Amino acid sequence: QALMGKPYGSLPRKTVPRAEEATAMNFATLWDFSGFAQYSVLFYGYYNNQRTIGWLKFRMPLSYFLVGVGSIGYSFMIVTRTMAKNANDDGGGDDTSFNFSWKMFTSWDYLIGNPETADNKFASITTSFKEAIVEEQESRKEENIHLTRFLRVLANFLALCTLAGSGYLIFFVVRRSQQFALEGLENYGWWERNEVNTVMSLLGMFCPTLFDVISSLENYHPRIALRWQLGRIFALFLGNLYTFIIALMDEINLKARYLLPFTLEEEKIVKYNMTIWEASLYNGTIPENSTAPPIHVDPADVPRGPCWETMVGQEFVRLTVSDMMTTYITILIGDFLRAVFVRFFNYCWCWDLEYGFPSYSEFDISGNVLGLIFNQGMIWMGSFYAPCLPAINVFRLHTSMYLQCWAVMCCNVPQERVFKASRSNNFYMAMLLFILFLSTLPAVYTIVSIPPSFDCGPFSGKTRMYEVISETLEHDFPSWFGKVFGYASNPGLILPFILLMVLSLYYLNATSKSYKEANLELKKKLQSVRIKN
Amino acid sequence: GAMGGSASLIPRDLLGEYQELTFLSKQEILLAYKRFSELLPKEERESAFSARVPKSHILTLPELRANPFQHRICHVFSTSETGDDSMSFEDFLDMLSVFSDSATSDIKSYYAFRIFDFDDDGTLDRKDLEQLVNCLTGQGEESRLSSAEMEQLIHNILEESDIDRDGTINLSEFQHVVSRSPDFASSFKIVL
Repeated sequence: QALMGKPYGSLPRKTVPRAEEATAMNFATLWDFSGFAQYSVLFYGYYNNQRTIGWLKFRMPLSYFLVGVGSIGYSFMIVTRTMAKNANDDGGGDDTSFNFSWKMFTSWDYLIGNPETADNKFASITTSFKEAIVEEQESRKEENIHLTRFLRVLANFLALCTLAGSGYLIFFVVRRSQQFALEGLENYGWWERNEVNTVMSLLGMFCPTLFDVISSLENYHPRIALRWQLGRIFALFLGNLYTFIIALMDEINLKARYLLPFTLEEEKIVKYNMTIWEASLYNGTIPENSTAPPIHVDPADVPRGPCWETMVGQEFVRLTVSDMMTTYITILIGDFLRAVFVRFFNYCWCWDLEYGFPSYSEFDISGNVLGLIFNQGMIWMGSFYAPCLPAINVFRLHTSMYLQCWAVMCCNVPQERVFKASRSNNFYMAMLLFILFLSTLPAVYTIVSIPPSFDCGPFSGKTRMYEVISETLEHDFPSWFGKVFGYASNPGLILPFILLMVLSLYYLNATSKSYKEANLELKKKLQSVRIKN
Repeated sequence: GAMGGSASLIPRDLLGEYQELTFLSKQEILLAYKRFSELLPKEERESAFSARVPKSHILTLPELRANPFQHRICHVFSTSETGDDSMSFEDFLDMLSVFSDSATSDIKSYYAFRIFDFDDDGTLDRKDLEQLVNCLTGQGEESRLSSAEMEQLIHNILEESDIDRDGTINLSEFQHVVSRSPDFASSFKIVL
């Protein structure tokens, strides 16, 4: 679209309306991603719905649709392939069966050349041995089961309350922001404008710490506690994201339901005005019942219809940007300033700051991996409505990598207990897959059920977005192709196919189980053969 | 400069031969040659291919300086007939090849086994394992494990890895255990 379509300013949907032109280039408006940025390639609304554009006859709407759907499909394939490869390398997933041997034979890192690092490594290996020995002995000890169970139930209850509370808070805040929007944003200050994003970022910062505190009640083995912790943070972010989406969708539906009779009228008026405008471009005849002379109307003055897709895209872009800002600020304050404070105030403080309370912050591997996964989930959700969002994200990832690199070198200390992400490799990939699935649900839902806005985007004028496919089949492929496709998409054919896939899944699962058992049998045989001899 | 100079000091056919016999790339071989010659006194640098560097010099390399298995590494890769663990250039290349990124997991586990076999008897028995643990816990007295902890640890290890229950870990058992580890290949690596 950027290369071949008509340039900015030539069509109404590509131009900033006259009313907004005054503030279009203000930094505040740009930061908010409205104004000039709203009417750019960044967002859905810019794209024209012409079937082909430019001299290459490039089918723009079709390609928009296919790229959107294709990128999601490609992501699914890559994630599943990586998981399968990891499962293969694992050799059947023997996670803990060689615990001690691995610690012995593979824990030394031969790339260590610095004596200080070597000392740290020695200390951590020793601790790890001692812990593993103690933990193995404790696992045979009896504990007060009832108290532990009660505490665990209590902890889970508290965690659920936190999750519910944060979900409600987000819902409440999104509703409030809609009210603000209705009353006009100029009346409110910075806080009201950015309330939703700030609240979501703050929740993301503080709730995990809360979960950490709650988990101290539970008295689990650290690896299991880590899994619970990650699971809860996962649920938190997911709940927040989904509440956000639902609140947005709610608003769209509300608008559609109550304003629909008005919108239809408005639609007619706007369409009428637009036909006059187009006719004036070609100096052709004006449709009957009109007595207005052909006037050349500047695209900025043409009245515009509402465009919910761009609004959704804007929300996602704002969310990504505020997430990025929160990360940077957290690193600067939480890591850098803290390190400066500990280093320089240590001389005049009562207790030893370096070993005691604040000390240097640890580099939280699992937290960072989780952050990356959620960032990716947001991108997947928003990229259908804001096509340049992945580009923004690439820029953000580059800069945050360098920033975090510097922060780690200068202000962080390694974690005391390192549960390598490599061992739980498939755990993180499974989370990624789950998030991919959940992120693409909203986009797929809108493609299939919600009519696109009539005045913006590559699908305007159609009743459903996927109609672009049937249109292409009609126009560009030979007719027998269309017939075959029609037969193939018959539910009577698809349902047995799905049944076949489910059955083959079951069969493959059963065979893999039997292979695992055969493996165990062979091992036992080896042992018994030796004992006999 | 120095880099360009060293390139002309290895004859081309020899370079090609080394590339074929080891897992190293041309750049890595040239860099290894440069570092090896630096360990030799000036007079011997011309005949670097036939010179042997004594163990004490090899151990000054930063890559090996902090390694608890430095003596075992020199011993395993040295082809010296006098048993003084001195290394020729080809021994040095051999070592770098096994520790390089492109070496296969089988080769690495084979050499790891030889490095851990302190008494060179072809199996890892209790004494080898105890010495291994002591290497890993560092030189300080407080960081060593108590004898009860050591007993427990060795018992657990033999429980896990000694499939034929003969009280020692032989090469195939070792390779079986280590090949399943996701971290082995990435940690058993030395790059100049």
